[in-house]
Amino acid sequence: MHTDSSTPGIAAGRLSGADLARNFCDAHPPMNLAQARVEADRCYYCYDAPCQTACPTGIDVPSFIQRIADGNLRGAAHTILESNPLGGMCARVCPTEVLCEQACVRNTQEDKPVEIGQLQRYATDHLMAHPGKPLFTRAAPTGKRVAVVGAGPAGLACAHGLARLGHEVVLMDAQPKLGGLNEYGLATYKTVDDFAQKEVQWLLSIGGITVRHGTALGREVHLDGLCADFDAVFLGLGLGGVNSIGISEPQASGLRNAVDFIAELRQAQDWAQVPVGRRVVVIGGGMTAVDAAVQSRKLGAQSVTMVYRRGSADMGASGHEQAWALENGVHIQHWASPVQVLSENGQVSGVEFERTQMVGGKLQAGGERFVVAADVVLKAIGQTMVAQPLGSALELHSGRIRTDAQGQTSHPKVWAGGDCRAGGRDLTVEAVEHGKVAARAIHATLVTA
Amino acid sequence: MADLSTVFAGIRSPNPFWLASAPPTDKAYNVNRAFEAGWGGVVWKTLGEEGPPIVNVSGPRYGALHTPDRRLIGFNNIELITDRDLHLNLREIKEVKRNWPDRAMVVSLMVPCEEQAWKSILPLVEDTGADGVELNFGCPHGMSERGMGAAVGQVPEYIEMVTAWCKQYSKLPVIVKLTPNITDIRNPARAAKKGGADAVSLINTINSIMGVDPDTLAMSPSTGRMGSHGGYCGPAVKPIALNMVAEIARDKETAGLPISGIGGVGTWRDALDYLALGAGNVQVCTAAMVYGFKIVQEMHSGLSNYMDDKGFSSVSEIVGKALPTVSAWQFLNLQHITKAVINQDSCIQCGRCHIACEDTSHQAITASKDGKRYFEVQEDECVGCNLCVVACPVPECITLRDLAPGETDLRTGTVVTGGHGDWTTHPNNPMRAAA
Repeated sequence: MHTDSSTPGIAAGRLSGADLARNFCDAHPPMNLAQARVEADRCYYCYDAPCQTACPTGIDVPSFIQRIADGNLRGAAHTILESNPLGGMCARVCPTEVLCEQACVRNTQEDKPVEIGQLQRYATDHLMAHPGKPLFTRAAPTGKRVAVVGAGPAGLACAHGLARLGHEVVLMDAQPKLGGLNEYGLATYKTVDDFAQKEVQWLLSIGGITVRHGTALGREVHLDGLCADFDAVFLGLGLGGVNSIGISEPQASGLRNAVDFIAELRQAQDWAQVPVGRRVVVIGGGMTAVDAAVQSRKLGAQSVTMVYRRGSADMGASGHEQAWALENGVHIQHWASPVQVLSENGQVSGVEFERTQMVGGKLQAGGERFVVAADVVLKAIGQTMVAQPLGSALELHSGRIRTDAQGQTSHPKVWAGGDCRAGGRDLTVEAVEHGKVAARAIHATLVTA
Repeated sequence: MADLSTVFAGIRSPNPFWLASAPPTDKAYNVNRAFEAGWGGVVWKTLGEEGPPIVNVSGPRYGALHTPDRRLIGFNNIELITDRDLHLNLREIKEVKRNWPDRAMVVSLMVPCEEQAWKSILPLVEDTGADGVELNFGCPHGMSERGMGAAVGQVPEYIEMVTAWCKQYSKLPVIVKLTPNITDIRNPARAAKKGGADAVSLINTINSIMGVDPDTLAMSPSTGRMGSHGGYCGPAVKPIALNMVAEIARDKETAGLPISGIGGVGTWRDALDYLALGAGNVQVCTAAMVYGFKIVQEMHSGLSNYMDDKGFSSVSEIVGKALPTVSAWQFLNLQHITKAVINQDSCIQCGRCHIACEDTSHQAITASKDGKRYFEVQEDECVGCNLCVVACPVPECITLRDLAPGETDLRTGTVVTGGHGDWTTHPNNPMRAAA
């Protein structure tokens, strides 16, 4: 039977292989040489550059761009990776429009910043394609052993930093592949050609890092045991819990977490085998919601509606991400919150919403009700840290691990970073900075101990 | 609309834009296209004496200096004079001139430094109906090694001698093209005048090597890994040429000698620079070789609009207009004080003015104010050097302000008088003249 976008219910193979390949190719194709040269020439090599200040990892942006202009791509990559060892992934996924590019002085001049993210990708892609001699080497062995739990951006950055400083690292992750959200949590078109794994391989190539796959905290290993076996522990845990939408959820097929859908798609060998609803509703307003909504469209969903309880300005997704969703035919419905998920015969059939509004500075529900028909409902209203594996050894704050500025927790041998650390913005680049700073702090503690 | 027609050394042309003797003027096909596009005149690519044709390399003849977006700012060549048969060139010159009687047709010549050689070729040129000859004493590569081109142009006595032969054996106006590869341009210009030249044209190209290929460490461009210095031209050479033009125009011995300005003319602004500094017209090559002949239309339009705007009715009214403002350093007014001013409304806060001044000059621009990024001139340190103005990427964001009489220079504490005081009378000058 022929399947296409109008096929009712949930179905795989709504689009042809060619259409799927086109839909899941690089969302922002890399620059070519001419584009990179012209764009690099736009950089003013500012004094005390605002873009560098705006970068959570403090990349010396004017330096790396000047090096691209000079034809010194290895030097450019060195500048980037020195500050941010995951500079290749960050070049793909950073919301540059609210970070470095927002600070670019070209905005003031002509409302068009230097495309720093794309230039960063140009330089780091070149290095990945032509790695040559190791860019970084390890310091003399310190004899210290550090456990890094969680191989997402924070854990990888920390492990790399510690290995450079001469420590022996054991890097553990619950998943079969390293990378964390880089591998399982990003939209496919943001990181094509298995880039997350290529970057992991480059990071590990420094040496001194022993990997243990399928090793979860609270399951195969426990914090007290790690503290006993290692000189220090870094926790780069992800957010294992998904926020409930706060209403009763029927036991019906078609209702699932957006993060699971995204992970399934990333790991799919064949996009034509990934089922998607004819009508999809995504509840939430963050990046995960956008990734899930856009990818549903790209798989061939006929209609996709993102429903968010507040307005556009309040959405977790940046303006750029929202525009991307609209560009891909996603309908965004603001000011509505779910009342109930409707189902028929064990299959999701729609969601009933009610209008919300701001009253006296508070969000108030209870307005007019309406139903959006759906075959699939994806929940994307945020994730939470699952604290249970930590035991009671660490102080928490708002459900995440409390640390000092260097990432040290209330336990003197334990540091933490990334999404599990309290007070962050849940950005990849920030997780990298956490890992990088923690590695230095751990080093400082261990070598003076 | 302004009249752009000129009479240069007795040669009429509908506008002051001529194509210089170079590849664009090597044959009828090109020159016809140039005239169709609107060029006022051409100097036909240099003819040599009769005999076996000149041989060029078939590897790269050109090299360039580019901006990152491949705008060409400097250009270099190792092409020799025409490699086509003398009589073919002469026939084409005659035909083109007949078809374009209102355009200037000047023929560039380079033959050995012997009287007979010049005596033989001049009548052949006259016979074409050409309007004048230009003596190529400037070509810096290839021909100079054979005792021609720059080898003549670097010896004032030879210039005078050959120029005199040309005046003796031809009625045509003689334009002497000068090489910049000398120490003082006034000497060859004076020699040309003594020889009876009707005009000089300058500059020819500058001896140059464009660079080295980083992979092979061979100079570039190279012909099978061997290269030779070439002649440098294009936008980057204009300031050098302008100075030489002004030197000749200001020199008592050559003042009034018509000058055809050459070197980096690509826009009407460039042409205006040359005219105002004493050139009677301009010759163009690089811009045409990069953008094609149509570029003359933009130059024509720009100069015409400028002249209308400023109330000039003919090109001759502009010629030499800026010369009275060119002086020796010792006559500059040391009592004239300027200070840089940053327009905070157009400042984009890149900080380049600050770091340039801080690292390399007078520490006269702050980087912050009340803990915030802010760039402001400290007048008590500013010497008015203009570095911040040139370092700033925003047009007209930083300007120099003249201090008015009565204002105090905060750097020196001196009150500006509005008077004049230069080095010739300065108390620190041991050679000062009595005030």
